[in-house]
Amino acid sequence: MNIVTDPKTLHEFEKHSIKVEKISRRGILKGIGVAGGLVLAAPLMSRQAFAAYQTGASKMPHGVVVDPRVFVAIAPDGIVTIVAHRSEMGTGVRTSLPLIVAEELEADWSRVKVRQAHGDEKTFGNQDTDGSRSTRHYLIPMRQIGAAARTMLEEAAAKRWGVPVSEVKAQNHEVAHAASGRRLGFGELANDAAKQPVPDINGLKLKDPKDFRYLGKGQVSIVDLHDITTGKAHYGIDTRLPGMKYAVIARPPVTGGKLTSFDPADALKVSGVEKVVEVKGWPWPSKFQPLGGVAIIARNTGAAIKGREALKVVWDGGANASYDSAAYRKQLEEAARKPGLVVRKEGDADAALKSADKVVIGEYYIPHLAHASMEPPVAVANVTGDKVEVWAPVQSPGGTREDLAKTLGIPEDNVTVNVTLLGGGFGRKSKCDFVLEAALLSKAIGAPVKVQWTREDDLHHDFLHTVSVERIEAGLDKSGKVVAWRHRSVAPSIASTFAPNVLHQAPFELGMGLIDMPFEIANIQCENPEAAAHTRIGWFRSVSNIPKAFAVQSMVGELAAMTKRDQKEMLLELIGSPRIVKLDSVKDPWNYGEPYDSYPIDTARLRRVVEVVADKGKWGRDVAKGHGLGIAAHRSFVSYVATIVEVSVDDKGKLTVHQVDTAIDCGTYVNPERIQSQIEGAAIMGLSLAKYGEISFKNGAVEQGNFDSFPVIRMDESPLVTHVHIVPPSADTPPSGVGEPGVPPFAPALVNAIFAATGKRIRALPIGQQLET
Amino acid sequence: MIKVKINGQEQVWDGDPNLSLLWFLRDEAGLTGTKFGCGEALCGACTVIVDKQAVRSCVTAISDVAGREVTTIEGLHPTGDHPVQKAWRQVNVPQCGYCQAGQIMQAVALLTENPKPTHDQIREAMAGNICRCGCYQRIENAVHLASTGV
Ligand code: FES
Ligand code: FES
Repeated sequence: MNIVTDPKTLHEFEKHSIKVEKISRRGILKGIGVAGGLVLAAPLMSRQAFAAYQTGASKMPHGVVVDPRVFVAIAPDGIVTIVAHRSEMGTGVRTSLPLIVAEELEADWSRVKVRQAHGDEKTFGNQDTDGSRSTRHYLIPMRQIGAAARTMLEEAAAKRWGVPVSEVKAQNHEVAHAASGRRLGFGELANDAAKQPVPDINGLKLKDPKDFRYLGKGQVSIVDLHDITTGKAHYGIDTRLPGMKYAVIARPPVTGGKLTSFDPADALKVSGVEKVVEVKGWPWPSKFQPLGGVAIIARNTGAAIKGREALKVVWDGGANASYDSAAYRKQLEEAARKPGLVVRKEGDADAALKSADKVVIGEYYIPHLAHASMEPPVAVANVTGDKVEVWAPVQSPGGTREDLAKTLGIPEDNVTVNVTLLGGGFGRKSKCDFVLEAALLSKAIGAPVKVQWTREDDLHHDFLHTVSVERIEAGLDKSGKVVAWRHRSVAPSIASTFAPNVLHQAPFELGMGLIDMPFEIANIQCENPEAAAHTRIGWFRSVSNIPKAFAVQSMVGELAAMTKRDQKEMLLELIGSPRIVKLDSVKDPWNYGEPYDSYPIDTARLRRVVEVVADKGKWGRDVAKGHGLGIAAHRSFVSYVATIVEVSVDDKGKLTVHQVDTAIDCGTYVNPERIQSQIEGAAIMGLSLAKYGEISFKNGAVEQGNFDSFPVIRMDESPLVTHVHIVPPSADTPPSGVGEPGVPPFAPALVNAIFAATGKRIRALPIGQQLET
Repeated sequence: MIKVKINGQEQVWDGDPNLSLLWFLRDEAGLTGTKFGCGEALCGACTVIVDKQAVRSCVTAISDVAGREVTTIEGLHPTGDHPVQKAWRQVNVPQCGYCQAGQIMQAVALLTENPKPTHDQIREAMAGNICRCGCYQRIENAVHLASTGV
C-alpha cells in the first residue's frame, strides 16, 4: 500500500502534487508512486480472483493490476487518496471506480480524495477508457484492492492491541475492537498498516452486498461537481505552462493528401504570430499519426487562428481526392444487392427467401458521423532533451505514451502523460494524433506548445464513424411468420485506419449487431460485401451498433406494419423463446471481448427490457392525433436496452419528441444516478444523429464546418421528458456496459414512432428534410 | 491600450484590439473557466456576462468591451454558491462538464432578465448553448429550481 506516513515522505508526496498543481492549476497528478514504498510489481490477477465470473479484462493490453499499494494512500490525518486510472469524459468513472475501493475499504467518502493516474499501464494496468468496459472489468479488482487495504488496517490494529484479527473490524474510517470498545482511526493506523504484507488477493473476504453503503445506491455526486460549476475543473484545453506557445495547424483537406508548398509571409504579419512551422505527416493509412501540414505558432490561440487564415498553402489531394459521398452511397448500395462474404449461416436463407410467401426488403443508409465533443482535440506538450511531458484529454493514456515514445524515438520511461478531464470523448480521444502533433511542435520550436483544434478542424479531420448500407431481406410464410433473414452489411472498416487494402469489416464490427443478431429464425444468413475506405474511420460511441441496430429494429417495425401487428409483439416474436443464443456458424463471435460463459446472448434478458419498458413506458397508450409510438431493443456492450419514443409530426413536418422511456439491464451496477445521466444523454445523441447527423465528402474533402452545417440537438428540440428504468439485476449478474448501449436503439425507435405517426418510413439517415411536405 | 474590468479587476491589453474576448480571457488573462467550442457564436460554451447580458466571448472583440464589466464563471460568486451554481449541483447536471460554465452564465443572464421563466422560455433561452453530452433535461430542471427554489 502506498500508505504515506513518514512525514518526510508525505512532504515529498505533497511537494510533488503541489508542483504539478501550480503548473496546471489542479486535477492532475504525476507520479503517484513517488511517495516511496511503492512496488511496481504488476501482479496480474490469477484467474481464481474472478471467483464470481470471468471477464475479458486480463486479455486487454497490460491486463489488470490488483495492488492496494498502487491505488490507495492513507495520510496520518486520515485522508484516503484513491487513484482513478481511467479517463473521465462524462460517464462518472473517475468517481465510481474509487467509490468501489472506498466501499470495500470502509472509508468515509467525505474523507477520500481522488487522484488521476498518469499514463502508465505497467503500473496501473490497462487504461483504455473505451468499449463501455471500466465497471465491467474493474468492479471485482477494485473491490479486492479496497478489501486488501482494509485487511492491512485491521491487521495493524489487531497487532497494536494484541488481539486476534478476527476480533477487530473496520467500519467507517476506523477500526474497532468490540470487546474492549477500543477504536483507532485509519490515519492513526496508516504507518503500521503500511508494514503489513499485502494479503493474498484470492483469500480476501469481500463485503456482503447487503452492507453496501455506496454501491448501487446512487447518492454520491461526481467528485468534480463543484469544480465544474465554478470553472475550476481542469480539461485538456486548460493547461498553461510558463513560456507556452499556442498553435493551430493547417492540415491537408483530403485524407492522405500532402503539402505541396506554402508561403508564411502573410501569416507572419498577423499580430501575435511568431513562427510558421511545417508538421510532418505520415503516409495513409496513418493510424494515429499526425496528418501533417503547417503550424502557426503564436502568443495566443486567437492570433494563431488569424495567422492560419492568412497563410498561403497549396495541397496535393492524393489517392482519396475524388471521394464523393453521393457516388460512394451508390457503390455501397450496389454491393449490398449482390452476395458478399458469408459471416453467419443457419439453415438456408437463399432457398427460404425464394419459397417465401412474402419478402420484405429494407435498405438502410447511415452516413459518416463526427464525434464533435464540446472540447475539440487539444494537447500541451513540453519536450526537453530526450524527454517529453504532455497534458492531454486522452481516453488512451497508455497508448498515447507508447505512440509518443515511438514517434519521438525515445524510451517510454522518458514520456509522461498527464491525463486531464475530457470535455467529451465519444471515441475521438482514443486516438492521440493531436497529442503527437503537440510533441512534434514542441520539439521543433524548443518550447512548450499547446495545439488547439478548432471546430472546423475537428469536423474536417475526425476519425469518423463509418458510412454504411444495411440491406435486410425478410421472408414470411403464409401465416406471417418470419422464416428467412438475410442481412448484408457494407461499410468501410475501422481496420482500414491501420492497414492498407482492408475491404471487410473486422470481427469486432460484425459482432456489433450483425452476427450476434438474437432473433429466433430458422434460416439466417449474414453477409459482408466489400467496401474500401477513403478517409480515417474510427470508433464512435456504440460504433457499428448504430447502423446495424437501425436496420434490424427498423425492419422489425416494417414487418409489424406489413403483417398488421403491434410493434412490441412483433419484436418479442422475433426475439423468440428465452434462451442462450448459439452462434455455431460464426467464426469469431467476438462478444465484446468477454467470455461467452459470463456474458452470453440471453434472450430472456432482452425480452425483459422490452417488457419493462413497455410496462413503465405505457406501451400501447392512446396518443393524440399526429402522435406515434415506436419501440426498439438491442444488446450491445453485453448490456440490454429497450427504448420507446413518442413523437408528433405537424402538418409542416416539424418533429417533436414528447417522451422517451428507456429500460437498461446492465447487470450489477455501481452508480444508478450516472446510469440515468448516460441514458438521458444517449437519447440526445441518438436524436442528434437521427435528425441531423451527416458528414459528407466532395472532391475528397468534408463539406461540413461547424455546428451550423453539422447541427446537433439543442435544448429547444430535445425530448420533453426522458425516463430511465434500470432493471434490477438478479444476484451475481456480472456488470456490463453503460456509456454506449443507450445509443443504438434510439434512432430505430424514433423512426418506428414516426411511421406510427405519419405512415412514412425513414430508411436513410439523417431525417433532415424528409418529413417536410 | 484597452482597459477592461474582469470580475472586478482591471485588466489591460495593448495587443491586437480585434482579439476576441474569449482568447484574451483564456490565454492572456489566464481565466480558463470560459470554454471554446465553436468560435462562431454557435455553441455558447464561451458565454460570459457583460453588464448583465450574456455575450458570446468568441465573437466579441476585446475592444468592444473596453471600459465595461465582464463577469466570467470564476467571478460569479466568491465561494461558488450563486443560486444557479447551487441548483446545478443539487440536480447533478454535468456529465463531462465542459459546456457547463457557458450554460450557467447563460442561465444567470436569463434569470436576471426573467426571474420566473416558464419551461418553454427556459428551453428557448438556453437553445444557444449546446451540450453534446445531452444534459438538457437536467439543465432545464436546474434553471427552474434556481428560479423557484423547487
Ligand atoms: S465558442 Fe463561442 S459560441 Fe461557441
Ligand atoms: S456536459 Fe459535456 S458537453 Fe455538456
